[in-house]
Amino acid sequence: MSKPASTHVPHILPLKVYLSVAVALLVFTVITVYISTLNFGPFNLVVAMIIAAIKATLVALFFMHLRYDSKLYMIIFVAAVMFLAVFIILTMFDTMARDKIYDVKARPINPMAGMYDSLTVSQPHSVPDTAALHRQLPADTSGKGH
Amino acid sequence: MSHTAEHSSFLAHHFSDAEQQRESAKLGMWIFLLTEILLFGGLFVAYAIYRAWNPDMFHNAHYQLDLRLGTINTIVLITSSLTMALAIRSMQLGNKKGTIRNLILTLALASVFLIIKYFEYSHKIHLGQLPGKFYTFTGIEGNNPHVFFSVYFLMTGLHGIHVTAGMGVIGWILYRTARNHFSTQYYTPIEMTGLYWHLVDLIWIFLFPLFYLIG
Repeated sequence: MSKPASTHVPHILPLKVYLSVAVALLVFTVITVYISTLNFGPFNLVVAMIIAAIKATLVALFFMHLRYDSKLYMIIFVAAVMFLAVFIILTMFDTMARDKIYDVKARPINPMAGMYDSLTVSQPHSVPDTAALHRQLPADTSGKGH
Repeated sequence: MSHTAEHSSFLAHHFSDAEQQRESAKLGMWIFLLTEILLFGGLFVAYAIYRAWNPDMFHNAHYQLDLRLGTINTIVLITSSLTMALAIRSMQLGNKKGTIRNLILTLALASVFLIIKYFEYSHKIHLGQLPGKFYTFTGIEGNNPHVFFSVYFLMTGLHGIHVTAGMGVIGWILYRTARNHFSTQYYTPIEMTGLYWHLVDLIWIFLFPLFYLIG
């Protein structure tokens, strides 16, 4: 027999839980903005990401009920985050280590990005005409601060 | 068994009971959210690559963003997540008025978010701080500053589209709540809308420090 629908008892969190989580999220926001004004060098990014991860965890566990629901949903969520981490980390291994194998010379893209319009594409297998690239570049590529 | 008077109006015939229907909906919703995380994931990878290539340019370019407006928008979105969660809680308690009030508050906060975003965007468009070949601003030191704004507009733009879509869904849920479609026994659409809205908040929680708080 199918159970009558009236057997459903919603899992209701106390108001206090929602309010405390919201206050914690706002406090972390203020903290992360304040910390960004200090200078820890490369650790600024690390600290900002740790605080963002704590905030995201709070949202997922309480607002999204992951803490109280079936663990299946938690597995789906964590799997998404893990695949994203693999995506980012492996890509960074590649892009940060490429010049250790090949001779890669960094070259600014035309600041106006207009080079895409004027480059000849008739020779798909040849390297781009670097002379044409350099003609496109303004004399001072380091920017003109006001 | 089955089609008797006890069978409720919301239970689809291919589910054995309401609990199974609720859990199936939630499973589907979480798998959808997984695809959303991976959709934004591609852009987060693009961000990581371009920032790794141009750390100084990213640092210089981020001063062009308005930290004050960004912080206000973060607070607005977190508060809207709270009101969304409270809208679900109200329906769990059978408080229809509370649900309607909280959904309207969520819609209002989402509008504030988009209005602030509009002012930020129009300021940047005015200054020519635009993606790719549309970039005409000259005040940023470093290579390829237009790349920062390409990534900025893509990520915040896709997020903004999600906020707009979320507002549409919240509006629909609001209409259905007013029409007495939901009760303590059936509020799955409100709950699913909540999950979506919290994910939109969750993504902003990462966008905010990545763009506005580059140390």
